Amino acid sequence: MPRTTPFHSRTSALMESMAWKEWAGYAAACSFDAHSEREYFAIRQSAGLLDVTPLYKYDVTGPDAARFLSRVWTRDITKLKPGRVVYGCMCDGDGKVLDDGTITYLADEAFRVTSSEPWLGWYARHSRGMNVEIEDSTDRISALALQGPCSRDILREITDCDLDSMRFFGTAAGKIAGAEGRITRTGYTGDLGYELWMHNADAERVYDALLEAGKPYNMEPIGLDALDVSRIEAGFVLQGIDYVCAQRCLIEARKSTPEEAGLGWTVNLDREGWIGREALLRERESGPRWGLVGLELDWAELELLYEEYNLPPHLAPVACRSAVPVYTGGNKQVGQVTSSTWSPTLKKYLALGQVYAEHASIGSKLQVEYTVEFERRTVTATVVKRPFFDPERKTFTPNAQPKEGA
Amino acid sequence: MAALGSSQNPYDAIVVGGGHNGLTAAAYLARAGKKVLVLERRHLVGGAAVTEEKYPGFRYSVCSYVVSLLRPWIIRDLNLTQHGLRLVPLECSYTPQPDGAGLCRWADPDKNRREIQRLSRKDADNYPEFGKLMGKLARFAKPFIDEVAPDPTSLAPSDLWQLKKAGDRFKELGDDLAALQFKLTTMGGVDFLREFFESDQLIAPMSCSGIIGTMLGVNSPGTAYVLLHHYMGEIDGSSRAWGFPIGGTGAVSEAIASSARSFGAEIRCEAPISKVRIKLGEVTGVVLENGDEIASRTVVSGCDPTLTFMRFVGEEHLPTDFATSLKRYKDRGSSGKVNLALDRFPEFKHRPGIGPHVMGDVAIAPSTDYLETAYDEAKYGTFSSRPFINVVFPSVLDPGMAPPGKHVMSCFVQYAPYDIATGPESWPEHREAFGDAVVDTLAEYMPTLKEDILHRQVLSPWDIQEEIGITEGNIFHGELGLEQLLFQRPTAGWARYKTPIQGLWLGSSGAHPGGGIMGSPGAMAVQEMLRTGAV
Repeated sequence: MPRTTPFHSRTSALMESMAWKEWAGYAAACSFDAHSEREYFAIRQSAGLLDVTPLYKYDVTGPDAARFLSRVWTRDITKLKPGRVVYGCMCDGDGKVLDDGTITYLADEAFRVTSSEPWLGWYARHSRGMNVEIEDSTDRISALALQGPCSRDILREITDCDLDSMRFFGTAAGKIAGAEGRITRTGYTGDLGYELWMHNADAERVYDALLEAGKPYNMEPIGLDALDVSRIEAGFVLQGIDYVCAQRCLIEARKSTPEEAGLGWTVNLDREGWIGREALLRERESGPRWGLVGLELDWAELELLYEEYNLPPHLAPVACRSAVPVYTGGNKQVGQVTSSTWSPTLKKYLALGQVYAEHASIGSKLQVEYTVEFERRTVTATVVKRPFFDPERKTFTPNAQPKEGA
Repeated sequence: MAALGSSQNPYDAIVVGGGHNGLTAAAYLARAGKKVLVLERRHLVGGAAVTEEKYPGFRYSVCSYVVSLLRPWIIRDLNLTQHGLRLVPLECSYTPQPDGAGLCRWADPDKNRREIQRLSRKDADNYPEFGKLMGKLARFAKPFIDEVAPDPTSLAPSDLWQLKKAGDRFKELGDDLAALQFKLTTMGGVDFLREFFESDQLIAPMSCSGIIGTMLGVNSPGTAYVLLHHYMGEIDGSSRAWGFPIGGTGAVSEAIASSARSFGAEIRCEAPISKVRIKLGEVTGVVLENGDEIASRTVVSGCDPTLTFMRFVGEEHLPTDFATSLKRYKDRGSSGKVNLALDRFPEFKHRPGIGPHVMGDVAIAPSTDYLETAYDEAKYGTFSSRPFINVVFPSVLDPGMAPPGKHVMSCFVQYAPYDIATGPESWPEHREAFGDAVVDTLAEYMPTLKEDILHRQVLSPWDIQEEIGITEGNIFHGELGLEQLLFQRPTAGWARYKTPIQGLWLGSSGAHPGGGIMGSPGAMAVQEMLRTGAV
């Protein structure tokens, strides 16, 4: 049975739909109301508040902390500057992706790593002989995501951190509702947003303070359903859905390299000494087999398809996570769509999927399986650039200091 | 200004009026590679779809306040979401009672059923069934609004073909639904709804959609039909054509204007025209109020038919039959608008707080008698002392509309007849009394309202005419009565955007399929122009 997070007394009081689901052993809200639509629009128009405590969190400290993380993750953590966060992925020895997550600079020789799977065993194995301490802080640290265009204005009310000069993927430690905590300008919505990290004991007071500060902005508590729509719009892959952690795969075919999982941009093959590099150097020679693509389904065609059945087009109000095959015009299967959703903001039907590399270029026309009235049909989809939705406010910083060296 | 419209570089078309339809027409023309110029009288585009900061920090959707049936194909064709169009669905339709909880009609069917059950268990069960029937009829009617109106008096093959297709669809409806379709087009809204429901508290707000923008009452025959428009919005389904635009309705106009510019259209504000220049029955350009002349062989009017023909063209250029039927065209505005800037949210007496119940529209329509009484007063030339009011709180859906914690409130008010007993030009003397009646009415539901008002803007139909330019302040450019729809909009024989003046086209709400932020008249006028090789 799932455990509850330290925010449960607050989230359960707001919960009207009884829609909880399991996330990493915790009970997490799918949506607070019967439909997640209002929560979705809160993310895009005001702000949404999401409990992300179930993320796996590891505090890595010691003289070798940066060197260790640089070995296990694709990113060079020895170069991570104070006040910065970096996103990256982890590979196994064959260069297949294990997980993705963020690494936050906490202090000299101290970092916090997040991931979707537990990795203490893996970390222990690969830190032998290094002067590093790894603490699983998952159950000790509570976390909230505050996402949306008003998130800065709301958060400013309850913290002494200088949010106006905190850049995208910046971080600062400070007081949050009077309690010691940390803010990172990160999130999973592709919007302006922050994540707040605090001790369990302070969880309720931070939540209460945010609810109060959010009132003038009509902030909403949100669940995972609304998050799922926004993360697809942002073009973010989800481990377990769009790619599968290599350690969980029973067969090779299920595994993906960073390039194949859409995470190639987090990899620097010129850097030495990290797990998976040699295998990926070989991939560089032969080219990746798969490509992760953003697809836009042809809505006019979809409407006509429904019209054949005398139906108005109907879409589920939540994102779809059941995979469907993708074909070429010649009916040859060349991949699969792994996540899809109607985008209420862009008014387009969007999908993420993996297709053979030769079909992955922007502008490629493919056929995606689509079921109407129990009949399997196809709809034309075009490979388009990710992110689908990328507002300026995501990276805009009111008092941005010029970057060093710039 | 010598280069303007010079023979080396003439405009393929000039669009007169930068309202949302004029802009849509311009965007479609530019998209087809035409050189097009939009001339807007005011300092900003949008016409009746404008957002203005009339009080510092508070932004009003000055006239039109929700997006009703903006066609999904137009959103796609013009890439409007890339140009900033953001629509948020309305969660709820709330009808408060002065001394009771009133009724919330929710998007969620189960929540809705429980709510209606409080009034009538039978009605609660009938409601979804009614929705299904209306959905089917809306599907039957939808092609009519997305296609050029077929003329039943014409024997042209294209008309006959369209009519045959409509006939086929009608046959598919089956006998019961076909009968219902007849009822819908002939009955009054209240009578029609009483065939399904018994609760007056439910019927009253539902019947309102039939009277909006008309000088008719909820019992007047023909008012049932407009109910269908609501359900047409529903069947566009997840594309959510029915909603509140982030940034107010002005943001919709801005998005269309931005799209038009991206295709190469030129938009000029503060450029009022005085005349469409006509030579031997053909358009040769326009004359601006400042005397400048701009040449073009094609002019598209985004203005209402009366303004277009009676003022910009002039009766002397019109065939007498056409001029006669145009004079019979019913503009007669019947509604006003009150916009309020509020210091805090004005809580409803019986449903306090800012919850989902105010994240949609609020209808002051406590009973059908209330609505009919409001009409009674208007019939004899006074504004309703207790009017039908449709309220939206834009700041609840879009925090950018007012400073944090403060709010704006948009009130659509009916009836406010243009032809007030003392004469339309006397409206300015009655304006504030009209505003008071609206605020007094609302205060019966929101007791603290009066203390919270920081600023009030009142628009009578006269003001709408004078400020926005729409004849007699009719929000739809002429009533959406059945006799002024389809092949009779604006007049029989001229429902295909073409006009008796060679080179002049009508692409405004006064053309098929009519008013509301739909974009169709502008888009379809251009489609027709391109199809016939007119540009």
